Amino acid sequence: MSIAINVDGLGKTFQIGGKQKSYYRLTDQLVDTIMAPFRRAGNLMRGQAGGAADLNETIWALKDVSFQIKPGEVVGIIGRNGAGKSTLLKIMSGISDPTQGYIDIYGRVGSLLEVGTGFHPELTGRENIYLNGAILGMKKAETESKLDEIIAFAEIDKFLDTPVKHYSSGMYVRLAFSVAAHLEPEILLVDEVLAVGDMAFQRKCLGKMDDVAQAGRTVLFVSHNMGLLQQLCERGIFLQHGTVHTDGTIIKAVDAYLQTLEQAKSQDLSKRTDRKGVGDARLVHAEVTTHGNGPSSILKTGQPARFVFCVNASVPGIACNFFIYDSIGQPVTSFYSRVRGPDDTFDPNNDLTFVCDLDEFLLLPGRYRIDVAIVGDNKLQDFIEAAAAFEVADGDVGGRMAQHDGKFSVMLAHRWTLPTR
Amino acid sequence: MKQSTVTIPSNLLRTRREPSKGWAWPKFRELWEFRELLFFFAWRDIKVRYRQTVMGALWAIIQPFFTMVIFSLFFGRLANIPSDGVPYPVFSFAALVPWTFFANALAQASNSLVSNANMVKKIYFPRLALPIATVLAGIIDFALAFVVLLGIMIFYGLVPTVNIIWLPLFALLALVTSIGVSLWLAAMNVQFRDVRYTIPFLTQAWLFVTPIAYPSSMLPESWRIVYGLNPMAGVVEGFRWALLGTDTAPGKMIIISSLVAITVFISGAFYFRRMEQDFADVL
Repeated sequence: MSIAINVDGLGKTFQIGGKQKSYYRLTDQLVDTIMAPFRRAGNLMRGQAGGAADLNETIWALKDVSFQIKPGEVVGIIGRNGAGKSTLLKIMSGISDPTQGYIDIYGRVGSLLEVGTGFHPELTGRENIYLNGAILGMKKAETESKLDEIIAFAEIDKFLDTPVKHYSSGMYVRLAFSVAAHLEPEILLVDEVLAVGDMAFQRKCLGKMDDVAQAGRTVLFVSHNMGLLQQLCERGIFLQHGTVHTDGTIIKAVDAYLQTLEQAKSQDLSKRTDRKGVGDARLVHAEVTTHGNGPSSILKTGQPARFVFCVNASVPGIACNFFIYDSIGQPVTSFYSRVRGPDDTFDPNNDLTFVCDLDEFLLLPGRYRIDVAIVGDNKLQDFIEAAAAFEVADGDVGGRMAQHDGKFSVMLAHRWTLPTR
Repeated sequence: MKQSTVTIPSNLLRTRREPSKGWAWPKFRELWEFRELLFFFAWRDIKVRYRQTVMGALWAIIQPFFTMVIFSLFFGRLANIPSDGVPYPVFSFAALVPWTFFANALAQASNSLVSNANMVKKIYFPRLALPIATVLAGIIDFALAFVVLLGIMIFYGLVPTVNIIWLPLFALLALVTSIGVSLWLAAMNVQFRDVRYTIPFLTQAWLFVTPIAYPSSMLPESWRIVYGLNPMAGVVEGFRWALLGTDTAPGKMIIISSLVAITVFISGAFYFRRMEQDFADVL
C-alpha cells in the first residue's frame, strides 16, 4: 500500500480569550481600559507572548488525530461546527502549524479553502487569474497554458478585461472556482466551496470534482452537505470534539454523524458550544409544535405547524433563518424572517422570540432536523446545527394521503384532470 | 506499527507539517520557488496603488518634491544650514529620493500582513512574499523620483561624478535596510497592532537622525562613524557622494551601515520565521 497523506498523533491548541467581563460602572470600565496595557505588559514579562489579547484558556481543536489516506482516495471530512475540520485542512495546507504530531504529505497540495480570497477587486479578470494562479502555486506558464480552459469554464469571456469589482457575485465565484479547479496538484483539499453559484454552475463544479477524482488524484472534502459527500466520496472521516469518531465508508461516517446530531438536539441549547457567530445574541430555545395543540414534536403532513425560536438578547436588525434537513442530511427547505410577507406581524410584548407558523405543513412523513442561524447587526450572531429535530407522521394534503417515500420529502397540494374512464 | 506496511512513494516530494521548534531558518528557498508570486504581488501593489487618484503616479514625485521645497525654504533659506557646497534643493532632494523609498516601504510593508489577513488565513504561500513584494513595488516610485532628481541636477548644471558607479550599491543598501526593518515591523504588527501607530513617530524620528535636511559634515568626524549605525545615514551620504561629489566620502560609515543593515535584515528574517507560524491563528 502506498500513501498520500499520513497523519500521526496530530494535535492543535488554540488560546482563547477568557470570559468577557461585565462592567457594572463606567469607572470600572475606565480603570480597566487604562490598566489594560500594564496588565498585558505584565503578561508578556511573565512569558505569555500573547500580544494584544488577554489569554486565559487553551482549547484543543484537534487531539490525537491519526489516519492515512491512499493516493486517489476521495475522502469526506464530516463533523459539526468546531469539530476541527477546518483546522485539519489548514494544517494540511500549511496555513497553520500543529501543536503536536505531524502530517506527511506526498505530492503537491492544492487547497480550495475559500475561493476568491486572493482576488483583488481593482484588477481585471485576466489579471486576477494570473495573480490567483500564482498564490495557489501555479507557474505563470502553467496558468497561461490553461487560460482558455479557465475562461471557458467560468463563462466570463466577455468580462475578462473588466475589473472584478464590477462582477456579479456569481461571476466572481465562477471565476475563482475555475482558477482553483484547474490547478493540478496530486492532493486537493476542498472546504465547503460548492455552496456557491447557481444550480447549473454547482452541477458543473461537481462534475469537475468528479473528474479530479477520476483522474486518480487524492481529494479531501469538507462539507455539511451529506448528500453531496455520499455522491462524491468513498470514505468518510467523522471528527468530533477534535478527535476521529468514525473512519470508514462514507455511509458509515455519515450515519454516525447523523446519530450524534440526533443526540445533540436533546441537549440544552444554551449549553452547546458547537456553534458559530459573534454571539451577541444566542439561540437559547428551539421548539417545534403542532400549532395550538400543545408542544408535540410529532407533526402531521398537511396539518399546521409552528416553529418557535428564543434568543437571549436583541441586536439591531435581528433576524432568524432556519433550514430543514431530511434524515440523510439533504437540505429540504429554509425560512428567513428578513424576507417579509404581507401577513407578518410584530409581537409588541416580546423582543426575543421568533414564531413561524405554517398552516399546512407539506413535508412527507419522516425525521427532519433544523439548523438555525441568528443574524443581526450585520453579522452572523449564532449558528447551530441540529438545534431541534422533529418527526412527521402520516397525514393528508387536501384530503389526499401523504405517501411515505424514502426518496422525496415534499408533497404539494394539487388537483388532477383525468381522462374519462 | 502501521508504518511498516506502508511503501513511501519516492517519486513525490514529501512535505512534513509539524510543530515549529523555536528559531528556524527563514524560508528563502521556498520564496525563491514562489518568485513569480513575489513578482505578481509587487505588480498588483503597483497597479492598485494609484488607482482612482487624480494625480496617479505623480504622487511618487510630488511627495519628495514638496518635502524638498519645504526643507529648502526653512532649513536652506531661513536656518541657513550648510549643504556641502551644492545648491540646497539638490542637496536635500538627493537624500529625499532614497529616504522616501524607505519611509513608504516601512509604512506599507508593515501593514502588508494585516491588510492581506484574509489571504494569510485561508491560503498557504510564503509569508515573506507579502512584505518583500510591497517593498519591491516601491522601486517604481523610486525610479520616477530618481529621474526627477536627474532633472533637477541638470537644471542646476550639475554633472554626476564618476562615483556614480557606486550608486547601485547604495540603492541596494537602501533596499536591504527597507526589507530588514519591514520584516521586523510586519511580523510585530500581526500581534501588536500598536506598531501601526508608532510608525509615523518612528519615521519622523528616523528622518531627523538621518542627514537629510543637514549634512553629516556638521558633526565632528569621530561621531560620523557612530552615525553609520543608522544605515540610512550611510545610504543618504552615499547618494550625495556618488551623484553630487560632496566631500563626505562615506568610507568607514558605509561599512558600518552595511553591517548594521545586514544584521537587521538577517535578524528580521529570523524573527519573521519565528512568528510566521502563528500569523494565521493570530490575525
